[in-house]
Amino acid sequence: MEHAAHAASGLGPLATHAVSYLWLIPFFPLVGAVINATLGVPLQRKLGKGVVHGIGVGAMVASFMVAGVAFVSLLGLSPEHRFLQDTLWNAISVGNISVDLGFALDPLSMMMTLIITFIGMLIHVFSIGYMADEPSYWRFFSYLNLFVFSMLLLVMGDNFVLMFFGWEGVGLCSYLLIAFWYTDPQKAAAGMKAFITNRFGDFGFLLGLFLLFWALGGAWQKGPDGRTTYVETDAHAAAYVAAARGEGQGVPHVEVGPTLNFRELRDQIVITSTGVAERLKSQKIFGFGILAVVGILLFVGAMGKSAQLPLHVWLPDAMAGPTPVSALIHAATMVTAGVYMVARLNFIFALSPTAMGWVAFVGVLTALFAASIGFFQYDIKKVLAYSTVSQLGFMFIGVGVGAYWAGAYHLLTHAFFKATLFLCSGSVILGCHHEQDMRKMGGLGKLMPVTRWTYLIACWAIAGFPWASGFYSKDEILWKAFTQESMSFLGIPAPWLGQLIYFVGIVAATGTSFYMFRSYYMTFTGEYRGHGHDHDHDHGHDHVPHESPLSITLVLVALATGAVLAAVIGIPYAWSGSAPLLEHWLEPALPAVVHFAEKSHATEYLFQLIGVSAGVIGWVFARALYKDGQSQVPARLLERWKRAWTVVYNKYYVDELYQATILRGSVALARLCSGFDKYFVDGLVNLAGAIARVFAELDGAIDRYLVDGAVNLVANSTLSAGSILRRVQTGRIQTYLYGALVGAIAIVFLNFLLK
Amino acid sequence: MQTELAVFIFFALATLVGAASVALSRNIFWSAMGLLSSLIGVGGLYVLLSADFVAITQLLVYIGGVLVLIIFAVMLTSHIQDINISNRSMGLFGGYAVFFVVSTLLSFVALWAPWKLTGKEPVADTTAALGDGLLGTWLLPFEITSVLLVATLVGAIVIARKEVKPDS
Amino acid sequence: MAHLSLNHFLVIGALLFGFGMLAVVTRRNAVAVLMGIELILNAANLNLVAFGRYVAGGVSGQVFGLFVIVLAAAEAAVGLAIILAIYQMSRSIDTSQATTLKE
Repeated sequence: MEHAAHAASGLGPLATHAVSYLWLIPFFPLVGAVINATLGVPLQRKLGKGVVHGIGVGAMVASFMVAGVAFVSLLGLSPEHRFLQDTLWNAISVGNISVDLGFALDPLSMMMTLIITFIGMLIHVFSIGYMADEPSYWRFFSYLNLFVFSMLLLVMGDNFVLMFFGWEGVGLCSYLLIAFWYTDPQKAAAGMKAFITNRFGDFGFLLGLFLLFWALGGAWQKGPDGRTTYVETDAHAAAYVAAARGEGQGVPHVEVGPTLNFRELRDQIVITSTGVAERLKSQKIFGFGILAVVGILLFVGAMGKSAQLPLHVWLPDAMAGPTPVSALIHAATMVTAGVYMVARLNFIFALSPTAMGWVAFVGVLTALFAASIGFFQYDIKKVLAYSTVSQLGFMFIGVGVGAYWAGAYHLLTHAFFKATLFLCSGSVILGCHHEQDMRKMGGLGKLMPVTRWTYLIACWAIAGFPWASGFYSKDEILWKAFTQESMSFLGIPAPWLGQLIYFVGIVAATGTSFYMFRSYYMTFTGEYRGHGHDHDHDHGHDHVPHESPLSITLVLVALATGAVLAAVIGIPYAWSGSAPLLEHWLEPALPAVVHFAEKSHATEYLFQLIGVSAGVIGWVFARALYKDGQSQVPARLLERWKRAWTVVYNKYYVDELYQATILRGSVALARLCSGFDKYFVDGLVNLAGAIARVFAELDGAIDRYLVDGAVNLVANSTLSAGSILRRVQTGRIQTYLYGALVGAIAIVFLNFLLK
Repeated sequence: MQTELAVFIFFALATLVGAASVALSRNIFWSAMGLLSSLIGVGGLYVLLSADFVAITQLLVYIGGVLVLIIFAVMLTSHIQDINISNRSMGLFGGYAVFFVVSTLLSFVALWAPWKLTGKEPVADTTAALGDGLLGTWLLPFEITSVLLVATLVGAIVIARKEVKPDS
Repeated sequence: MAHLSLNHFLVIGALLFGFGMLAVVTRRNAVAVLMGIELILNAANLNLVAFGRYVAGGVSGQVFGLFVIVLAAAEAAVGLAIILAIYQMSRSIDTSQATTLKE
């Protein structure tokens, strides 16, 4: 069994096949979202909910059909040419960077697109039945369509900008949908928690991106003649390049210059003759290898989006949203965006053993951590949430150790069985009248048979028993982890890391099986423990749970079938003698060169057996403790290990830790700034105002006392002068005579003096 | 010459003392007597100026007419029984100032100005000369004066008569 | 002082005029004011006649003097009539009380 690395000699620039209909795939959900958002209220009121979900589901069906057409046309191309490109127009052109609004489908994104559109379509149909009582029906479908649009942008975008646009968009839609019933403050808070935790991750992601382009900057210098470098490649790809560019027998070349496009970046790094990969491997920042730092920072983004260890806190709280949301976003699509990103950038991660080791290490820690919490949760959706976190950990183990196709395969299988599990839990919750506590369930196996069997099939899949798809994907991941001996742990080469990850992973797999079957037994076996007689919303009939309507059960059956059938494409080499179908399919998209140790087939069969045994052990314990709810062992164990149980039940107090440190710190910082604003800034402004007021009062005083005083002075002096002068008019003749005489004498004197 | 001078002094004193009494006496009657004395004194001075007709006219008209009239008025208007306080004065200080300034100024002017004295002898028979003059050279003023006297007469009567009020 | 001349009479006239002014200006009794006016007229008359005798020659000074006397008499008559009228109206001939023209 050779897990051969890709032959480096066969690698050339990716040949693209131009098509013009790819934009329709995200376009239909966008149109559906816009119509439901703007016209949803009048449509729902006048024409009923049928039109609303008709638009929503119809958009999804149309999108799936176009995706199907694209898939068929991809199948028709030979493996080296499987790349559909649809460039709409040039969005940004700044300096050297030019960003096109373009969609590309290579095998990896084709797989993701099919998952998104198919499972998304099924979940839209599920929502018709599940959200039937919801007054804001139109808003729900609008948000769902908007989410699908963003997710499709993320996977179909052919450059970093478009992918980041979709990255942010799914974060936004996750917030909108988690906090769908926003009038409940807890649910609104859960939405905010999801969004803010995502932002932490996005910060790391952006730092990683900036660092990557800074590192590439050196390689992108223009040559001495001022032109970008063109590097010759081997003749095998030459013909395709020439044909794709419509040239004649041109020189096969790769343009080494600034680019944000995935394909061009992949070409530049993977084709070793460009020298870009060598430069990147030798570059250092602050003494650390830059590729390791870039990989770890990009993985921080994945941690936020895919709920890995420090940033996992939002996913269990996100269960506050409606169950279809949990199924679509937090099982099948959004949380897998992180895995997709690592798989898409496999050519960068593969260059740094440290980054790979870190990704796998965090993945396995998360897998174990989340599984342990899942042991003791009572809310069925919380169990599934922790299960999701744990399975995402497995996916990251896969892409971390370099088994990119295995991680992607586990993504696919997980999408099916986790969506099945969530939708079954939704069916159960609906049947029990919105009761989510498993202690109040039980005995539903007889009352809801379809739900019970599909749930069981999904548990079979997730536990990793053979012939259900989960077995193949999980087994492949753990086997590849075991045989990966060239990873580094924080810069130190650690050939033992792979085996360590394998053993921890097996423990986590045992735990997975245990808690999943625990939830199955608690919910579907024994007697019904729910209290339906004093429920608030009286449906007017018996409160005994019943099976869900057809729109729900059909979807459950479809997804469960998919969970089983997905096994077909992953049958390992050891069983069939040829590479698994999916691996072959994804090969052109995953050109990273990764070396695995050679081990014999017998070893591989042995490890598969160990994996199955782990699942069986978990199942046995779960059955013993929880079947029919009869056993007293769980209660006794809880009493005995009460303190440990409390710690695990309270999720290891991670949320409380964040509350005490980060949140309190942020609030304190906000208070500091607020105080600064209130006292310093406002104080300055008030000071300016006070100064102005002082001046104004001064002016007023001047006006009142000086100006008015002067005016009054003039008036008063006129009055006094008048009253003084008035005394001349005595009315007595003699006085007038005096005056005349004095005047005459004065004239005489003057005359005399002047002479 | 001496006789002339002595007579002059006698009449001058009469004039001045009388004038002082008019100005300063607190008794209106004494003021009237003082006026009499002053007028007589001036008449005597006229004689010394060879204006005999003017002197006689002064006596007849001024003393016999005006002074009598004044005494009539005094009798009719003052409270004769309070004769001591019937003629008070006010603002004496200003009055004295005026008196001194005016008289000094006029005296000064009179003494200092270079009058062109004519050496002619005074006219011997003034009455005839006056008669000739009044009806000759100065006929117009003479006639107008008569008109004036008529007007005065009428005016005085009109002013002094009691108004006939319509009785209510 | 040896010879009687113009100056003697002029000085007497000046003094007489001063007294007359004094009486006019200070007296409260209207009749006394009138007496003062007579004094002033007499002073002027004396001056006129003196100038006629010593400066002008002939009888022009005396004619002037006659006219003055006539006019003085007329004026005294009218003045006294007015005083009588005022006395009839306000029972007092105190000039310090005749202040209706006061502002």
